[in-house]
Amino acid sequence: MSARAALTCLEMVELVTGYVEGTLLEDERHRFDAHVSHCPDCLTYVEQMRLTIDALGSVPPESISAGAERALLRAFRDWTREERGNATDPGPRRGI
Amino acid sequence: MDLLETQPAPEDGRGEDALVEALRMGDESEFAALVRRLGGPMLRVATSICGDRVVGEDVVQETWVAVVKGVDGFEGRSTLKTWIFSVLVRRAASAVEREGRSVPFTALASAEVEAGESPVEIERFLPADHARWPHHWASPPRPWGPSEQLGSAEVRREIESAVEDLARMQRAVITLRDLTGFTAAETCRLLEMTEGNQRVLLHRARSRVRRRLERYFAGEQR
Repeated sequence: MSARAALTCLEMVELVTGYVEGTLLEDERHRFDAHVSHCPDCLTYVEQMRLTIDALGSVPPESISAGAERALLRAFRDWTREERGNATDPGPRRGI
Repeated sequence: MDLLETQPAPEDGRGEDALVEALRMGDESEFAALVRRLGGPMLRVATSICGDRVVGEDVVQETWVAVVKGVDGFEGRSTLKTWIFSVLVRRAASAVEREGRSVPFTALASAEVEAGESPVEIERFLPADHARWPHHWASPPRPWGPSEQLGSAEVRREIESAVEDLARMQRAVITLRDLTGFTAAETCRLLEMTEGNQRVLLHRARSRVRRRLERYFAGEQR
């Protein structure tokens, strides 16, 4: 298997994620490096994948709205009161 | 964001125990801080899985109820964050299953993977029988400009829209991995998928986002 032909650009675009993730087999990684070292177009491609990953990581999530946060806090108060109520008062529940 | 993306350092272990204890005691300010820290990323992950913002909001709400009621049973075998997200993903998966399809959520990944898809349009490569350069670039990628333009608000919107347009499981994987900062192993566990499927879906998702950016930058230069 080690004497296979050099990687093509088409194969490179399939292997790039494995390369960036560090999951390629050693032989594959060597062929990848060998190809990219003399193919500026593929080098550009790998660079663009890296830029894409960085850009994805820099998109901040929307923060939760103030209204939703207030509602959650109100609910939290009720939930914990219920919990404590259950723990300290094993008697019949009000209501139903 | 950094808080979320890094695993807690060993010395934070006690901090997390204290937080869990505070939640058990009904400490409102600790709960509020947790909601502010995780609320946004949770909504993004839930929406990516459900494919619908309103359903995502419901899932987040249900998750907090389950977390508060279940925190007594939290054993600290994973971080609190991972535990909360595992509750979230399970709820989001049920919401998807409730949508009426009979396909179990865990079968969706394999179905997407089997569909096949190439990371770059095949026309951009020379044919296999090309005399000199078979399967090399016919239309190679052009280098992008200075990297600062990648941080602009407009590019961010383009990225968000590209992610939104992905198939469901590609979207879920890239959201957990690249937007939220979970590792490959954590993502596989959360989505109950194999390492191989995770990698294929991530690969296709990232390739598609790169293509969108490429098109966006090409249009801008015109």
